[in-house]
Amino acid sequence: MLGIIMAVIGRDLKLAMRRQADIVSALFFFIIVVSLFPLGIGPEPDLLRKLAPGVLWVAALLATMLSLPRLFADDHRDGTLEQLALAPHPLGLVVTGKVIAHWLVSGLPLALIAPVLGIQFDLSADALIVLTGAILLGTPALSGIGAIGAALTLGLRGGGVLLSLLVLPLYIPVLIFGAGAVDATVTGLGGEGHLSLLAAITFASVGFAPWATAAALKIALE
Amino acid sequence: MLEAENLECVRGERRLFAGLDFKLDAGELLYLQGRNGAGKTSLLRMLIGLLPPEAGKIRWQGASIKSDDFRGDLCYLGHLNAIKEELTPLENLLAAARLADEELSEDDAIDALEQVGLAGREDLACKYLSQGQKRRVALARLVNEKRPLWILDEPFVALDTVAVDWLAGIISAHLQRGGLAVMTTHQPVSIPAGTVRELRLG
Repeated sequence: MLGIIMAVIGRDLKLAMRRQADIVSALFFFIIVVSLFPLGIGPEPDLLRKLAPGVLWVAALLATMLSLPRLFADDHRDGTLEQLALAPHPLGLVVTGKVIAHWLVSGLPLALIAPVLGIQFDLSADALIVLTGAILLGTPALSGIGAIGAALTLGLRGGGVLLSLLVLPLYIPVLIFGAGAVDATVTGLGGEGHLSLLAAITFASVGFAPWATAAALKIALE
Repeated sequence: MLEAENLECVRGERRLFAGLDFKLDAGELLYLQGRNGAGKTSLLRMLIGLLPPEAGKIRWQGASIKSDDFRGDLCYLGHLNAIKEELTPLENLLAAARLADEELSEDDAIDALEQVGLAGREDLACKYLSQGQKRRVALARLVNEKRPLWILDEPFVALDTVAVDWLAGIISAHLQRGGLAVMTTHQPVSIPAGTVRELRLG
């Protein structure tokens, strides 16, 4: 069981390394969108501190959306998706591997760069730590939920727009608790409650989303 | 071994075939023939379990083909090559074997690539290969393939005559080992070993 997941992760990471432009462009999108806000709003530390969690999280959602359409599209086009579906394992495990690989190349870099971007918003050290933790905890859920949308829109023309309409509303709980954790830390309430809920959402979506995704992929492959 | 009973295929509004029965035993090859659009590829996709039939049953060794065990016995080669352009031929072969839960050593993989005439190109990304060479990378999977049921969709397309003879030999060897094969082709190719059955659609 673990073997197939590791095999898929290994393959997808190798492919991502050969195509670094994809990873780098989503990361730069995140950096630039976040950096535009302090420039546009002006040097008002109180206002920036209030805006920071929301801005960082919205930018993280959009940056994740950028890489979602290609999650299955490339494999579908060259026929490898059929071969993955014919592997002697449940397709849900294959999808779990793809979701983890997607998080490693799209979610993890966002979490690593987030504290640096948080400094632009004059966040305290505590808030920066919670922000990084929240993005680390929340982005796997974005990859998991996003995979369902990517599978449902596979092979559709103009699927990218439909994908964002399908997936962004489902990202709302992650956005609320992710931004809420940082907010609560800034106001001194403590973000542990939000982080626990965020972890729960992530476990539920990484555990269940691959099976829903597998069902959608089977329909797409008919 | 492989049995189909009363299969029916409907694509869109059209019924492509109905009441289709056949049985294939160890060492037998089924040639699917028919004009374009007769439902050859649809039938193959039914046999591998990706397309549920409108009616009828398909059984492998007496059991339904919906199990993971069936997929462990199946090797499918579609008209798409299922190779990754960014990876080298060697990496493609090794990755395909790992995903199918098969053991393939690097030496065996290099040997298979030599057999299909890709010696010296093991370490070149597949995007730099020609169409025919990409097809050969896909076919190199068959060299070390031990699974008993091969389903091949137009395996001879884009191959030169030398490669066609080589592939016919590989399929013969598979049948001699007691394997089964189902394939579609428009070219008349003689497979020297095994019992050949023909099925004409449409």
